[in-house]
Amino acid sequence: MRKVLLMGNPNVGKSAVFSRLTGIQVMASNYPGTTVEYTKGYMLLGEEKVEVIDVPGTYTLEPTCKAEEVACEILKDADLIINVVDSTNLERNLYLTLELMEKNIPIIVSLNMWDDTKHKGIHIDIEKLKEWLGVPTVPTVAVTGEGFNKLIAEIYKARSPKVRKHSLEERWEDIGKVVSRVQKLEHRHHTFIDILQDLSIQPLTGLPIAVVIAYLAFKLIRFIGEGLIGYVFEPLFEKIYTPLMMQLSGLLGSSGLWHDVIVGKLIDGSIDYFQSMGVLTTGLFVPVGAVLPYIIAFYLVLGLLEDSGYLPRVAVLMDTLMHKIGLHGFAIVPTLLGFGCNVPGILATRILESKRERFIASTLISIGIPCAALQAMIIGVLGEYGGGPVAIVYISLLSTWVVLGFVLNKLIPGFSPELLLEIPSYRMPPLKVLFNKLRWRIRGFLVDAIPVMLAGVFVINILIFLGAFEFIANLTAPVVTGLFGLPKQAVVAIVIGFLRKDIAIGMLGPLGLSVKQLIVSSVVLSMFFPCIATFAIMIKELGLKDMLKASAIMVTVALTVGTLLNVIL
Amino acid sequence: MTQKIISLTKLKKRQVGVVVEFAGGSEVSRRLKSMGIRIGKKVKKVSGMLMFGPVTIQVGHTQLSIGHGMASKVFVEVKK
Repeated sequence: MRKVLLMGNPNVGKSAVFSRLTGIQVMASNYPGTTVEYTKGYMLLGEEKVEVIDVPGTYTLEPTCKAEEVACEILKDADLIINVVDSTNLERNLYLTLELMEKNIPIIVSLNMWDDTKHKGIHIDIEKLKEWLGVPTVPTVAVTGEGFNKLIAEIYKARSPKVRKHSLEERWEDIGKVVSRVQKLEHRHHTFIDILQDLSIQPLTGLPIAVVIAYLAFKLIRFIGEGLIGYVFEPLFEKIYTPLMMQLSGLLGSSGLWHDVIVGKLIDGSIDYFQSMGVLTTGLFVPVGAVLPYIIAFYLVLGLLEDSGYLPRVAVLMDTLMHKIGLHGFAIVPTLLGFGCNVPGILATRILESKRERFIASTLISIGIPCAALQAMIIGVLGEYGGGPVAIVYISLLSTWVVLGFVLNKLIPGFSPELLLEIPSYRMPPLKVLFNKLRWRIRGFLVDAIPVMLAGVFVINILIFLGAFEFIANLTAPVVTGLFGLPKQAVVAIVIGFLRKDIAIGMLGPLGLSVKQLIVSSVVLSMFFPCIATFAIMIKELGLKDMLKASAIMVTVALTVGTLLNVIL
Repeated sequence: MTQKIISLTKLKKRQVGVVVEFAGGSEVSRRLKSMGIRIGKKVKKVSGMLMFGPVTIQVGHTQLSIGHGMASKVFVEVKK
């Protein structure tokens, strides 16, 4: 099958073009480096089915980070390249275009974000540009679909350009000449957005703005999450699902092994979704009733931040602090993604330049950054004791993140590379893109979480029945009871945490823990070991040897912080 | 009118300069060049973060943030 590659600089809209061509939804955001691996899809060209590949953005064919290496590697077996170009940044984008043209692979150029040229007062003479490039060149707007019929029609006309190899200086010289011929800039006065952009990147105004945005984001997540629980999910479970389950419970005879596996133990004659531990009660309630509302809330707010173009500015503001922990400012983006789910967070560390950075960033995410599911459950279990205990958990995790980062930066040889980041213009998040992305992420969560959760609860029941946990609990009692001050049965939750951390927090419910014990166990569970999905992605990204190192760090840190909290609180 | 050569970190906010030299390794200049910063380019400083934070500059229609160390190796000529 023929392969069509979408290539271009970071943040020019390749992923939006990909969605247009293949109908497959992929992540698109307003910051460089949203795509770190290539995504495949298919489209029909007349009768022929061809493979379309969304390649991570790159500025040149001489890679500087892992995401760019991926891009260069895949170029080897391309049959056709669609070079996606940011029309508002012609000069810089054309450098890659020239490099690609020297590869003698059929190529067409999509002048994307064409609508923005009008807003920004940029006039491009397409005919002249096309003539100079000598390959099909089409203006497009991937977000709305403008120009795509023409783009697809032009794919047939693509042929290999006959361009000799140029030196770096020659390429820039050529580009300078052509840009001055085809592009005219109109002088424009500053708009409100320009002023806002300026304010958010100045130190004196940028930091307060960042604090306000972080506060608003947090408030909005809680407001949406609690609203969804109070008005949608709780009524749904209470009014419709619980009566159904009670009937099922009656049918199964209200007790016995199978009843307890399916419906769970009745507590005071009724179902307690946090404690019953039935596959269809706790197993379904935790992902759907407790976690999903916060997943929706978190990803909606994250989507707004991503698509507006604000995140790279956070990277600039945080750069100095991030250097202290061996990273640079842009590492804040994977970290924020980690608050949703650690897996995409760790995958996103590929935008970082060195192996050292990726190791530090991944280890820190898996230890100090609780995913949305875990947070929802921590708030669910600790929230009833007020904001204080929840705050202690967050402060413990985040200060561990900082302190551990500081220590790793000192211990691991090497240095943190410098930040070099393009700052995109602000734009109104396109609602369609925003909601598609939200839907895609929610579906991802449901598909990943529900089967694991149902199977997990089933296994837990069987293990409890077989008495397997008793054995582990006795074995680990010195640590769990001696260091953490928890009842020895709490080890069960820690073991289950390997499967999924949200259900593990749920398992603390029946133990009747004190507030202090809940805090200690929440923190230990967050840090101790990643869930199986995160574990797998860390082995894949870091390699087995570094993953073993990271695991050793996790265990050490969890033991230390857990003991400290037990002593201090 | 006199001309003066200073690094990006020394450039003042909203001041414009023309890139004349990259000090330091070729790796730095290669990365900067691929992002459109090269000798002869006119750049305008947008901001500089405190405590040796990154310098943000405007080149054409693009804004770029450059880590402090790297920014101190980019020299521009300014008119006084």
